[in-house]
Amino acid sequence: MDIIVYLIPVALGLGALGLAAFLWSVNSDQYEDLDGAAHRILEDEDKPL
Amino acid sequence: MTDAALSGPVGCPSGLEPPTRTPGGSDYSAFVQSKGAQKILNLSVRGAKCGGCLSKIENAVGAVPGVEQVRMNLSNGKLKVAWQGPTSANTIVERVTELGYGVSAYSEDGSEKAAKREERALLISMGVAAFALANIMLLSVSVWGGHGEMGSDTRTALHAISGLIAFPVLVFSGRHFFQSAWSVLKHGRANMDVPISLALTLAFGVSVWETLAKGDHAYFDASVMLLFFLLIGRFLDARLRRQAHAAAHDLAALQNRSVNRLGRDQSVESVRAEDVRRGDTILLAAGERAVIDIKIETGTSTVDESLVTGESLPRLIQAGETLYAGTVNLDHPIRGEALGSTSDSLLADIAQMLEAGEQKRARYRQIADKAVSLYVPFVHTTAAVTLIAWLLLGAGVRDAIMVAVATLIITCPCALALAAPVAQVVASGRLFRKGIYLRSGDALERFAEVDHLVFDKTGTLTLGTPTLVSTHGDELADAAHLARASRHPLSRAIVAVAGAGPIASDVKEMPGLGVEGEIDGKRCRLGSADWVGVERSAATSGPTMWFSNGDAAPVQFLFRDQLQSDAGDVFADLRAHGFEMEILSGDTSEAVERVAAEIDISDWHAQVSPQDKVDRLSALTAADKKVLMVGDGLNDAGALAMAHASLAPGGAMDVSQSASDAVYAGGLSSIVTILNVAKRTKRVMLQNFGLAAAYNMIAVPIAVTGHVTPLIAAIAMSASSLIVTLNALRMNWGRA
Repeated sequence: MDIIVYLIPVALGLGALGLAAFLWSVNSDQYEDLDGAAHRILEDEDKPL
Repeated sequence: MTDAALSGPVGCPSGLEPPTRTPGGSDYSAFVQSKGAQKILNLSVRGAKCGGCLSKIENAVGAVPGVEQVRMNLSNGKLKVAWQGPTSANTIVERVTELGYGVSAYSEDGSEKAAKREERALLISMGVAAFALANIMLLSVSVWGGHGEMGSDTRTALHAISGLIAFPVLVFSGRHFFQSAWSVLKHGRANMDVPISLALTLAFGVSVWETLAKGDHAYFDASVMLLFFLLIGRFLDARLRRQAHAAAHDLAALQNRSVNRLGRDQSVESVRAEDVRRGDTILLAAGERAVIDIKIETGTSTVDESLVTGESLPRLIQAGETLYAGTVNLDHPIRGEALGSTSDSLLADIAQMLEAGEQKRARYRQIADKAVSLYVPFVHTTAAVTLIAWLLLGAGVRDAIMVAVATLIITCPCALALAAPVAQVVASGRLFRKGIYLRSGDALERFAEVDHLVFDKTGTLTLGTPTLVSTHGDELADAAHLARASRHPLSRAIVAVAGAGPIASDVKEMPGLGVEGEIDGKRCRLGSADWVGVERSAATSGPTMWFSNGDAAPVQFLFRDQLQSDAGDVFADLRAHGFEMEILSGDTSEAVERVAAEIDISDWHAQVSPQDKVDRLSALTAADKKVLMVGDGLNDAGALAMAHASLAPGGAMDVSQSASDAVYAGGLSSIVTILNVAKRTKRVMLQNFGLAAAYNMIAVPIAVTGHVTPLIAAIAMSASSLIVTLNALRMNWGRA
């Protein structure tokens, strides 16, 4: 059972990593234009190669 | 950039939104912010609804020389442009208006920022709660799974770790509920946050106690799960309210337009409307919309007051008369004295009417509020009775408290808090796809109660612009040569039929009379009866225009403000649903009577002032009618805000759109759609409250008899929240 001494911190660390990514995405306006992002991916950029 | 982007159809290519024309003449350079060498302009774009709009606008603006960054936000219609060099802000605005979108300058005000901050704080709290929930569940599942085998020390250690995760999260993510509960408790009242805060605190407190006593059951998972579900509901609610807030913002956008002011040294400067003071000299160019009330000093012109008074025909104005904000000057430049800054214009008066209406509306009690006022005493009494009963039956104090707290936790209004917001979010998304934009979530409840409909005429029941109804082949083609030079709505109607073509030479326009010019060497006139020298006849109904070509006998053109194409079906449908209907219009009796007869409404009032409209609405409200007001003009704004529920067409004036609960883009049939969806939403909300009640009816006996374990609490709470959410989503699966 000693293994949980490592596993619990690892689990918390991974969770914290996800949380950090989420906080970054919120603070960098990733959720400001949910409709636009869906359409933007279909847009042709028409840039010369 | 591709040429296709510029040459495509005007306006939203999806057809969701009709092309919008912004009245020209405004100067946007007053709204440019400078950041070093870079200039930034924030615009609010109306009518952009699909990916086609996004690429059209971004490509067109991106092709303007010097532009470095263009970003269109499709969700809220904001366009941010950053550029360097000599390009003027007006060039950028023109590019967007050319594509058929309406534009107004936009600057974020304080309350908008606050609403955005609140929404973001809730989202972050939700994320933090989700993180904690996942980790505590991991530990809790181990405890549940190891039941009977796990040693007491291991279990206590896992409980302790759970508690260490839960505590900071409850303080951080739970602050929204604690603060709100505290602020109402201070005033001796209670809201839904009081039982929520109590349940959260008790669940945590009891779990700490159990952990210290090395007990079996800790409710850390339940308290964090509760918090997570509640935050979802709270976030959806905040998001809806922020969208609603954008409505009030459009009012500011309208007043944000610039004004041409004559300086002391007789030079013309462009200033923001709010910088104008009483007594300033203002120049109003042809085609420009007045943003403040003006007393005319020099100049004669015709003005379109349809948005101010509802009158569909232009009016001749002269020196000494007053021009109200919202009026469009049609043909000749006017010079006048400002009657005050924007804060005391007619527009500001109407803004006050709006505020009064909004306050009235804020007192509306939502179904959810009613449910809570029934729920809180019930649950708290049950918990107290449980505690006393267990003590009387000889249980220990610790066991009795555990059972009472378990009762409180399991009955926490999770499903209740989700029931209304989820249904509203699903319904507003559904309406959005049909071209109806809701401004507030609780509006749906009010739409569902409506039993009396009041319509404005011009621009709502009718197209709002005159259409040519008489035909004269050759004369029409000639008249169009003159009409193309004029901004008068009747001239525009002639051009709409005749199409593009040449303009007569040497054209002069006389305000209030008509246009004169030379076609093939002959003097031709287009305008009123007096202008072409014929007797004014009273026999014709609706607006007319005369055209004379040299010595030939003048011919008459007849116009009508025609009904919206789907009006017949819509009114038959509404009548079948048993609604009472009436028309309130600022237009003349004949015009209103004709429209009323066409759609078979016997109850109509003509030449009604904005105040009369508000009074009529108050009278109807006093008679206990639930009124739905549909209108588009500035003169309707007060009445729109006053009504139990209100709707404005997409072409309506900004103020009226802000005053309304919803804006529709798809013709009059949208009225039927929104009333149906609202009824359905209300039904789903009531079902949800029923489900929440049924859940409590099952959960409470289990809790009161002391059979609740943390595992049962976790399953029951997530199940009830899921059931309520799925029931709301059902609206998306059913028929239209």
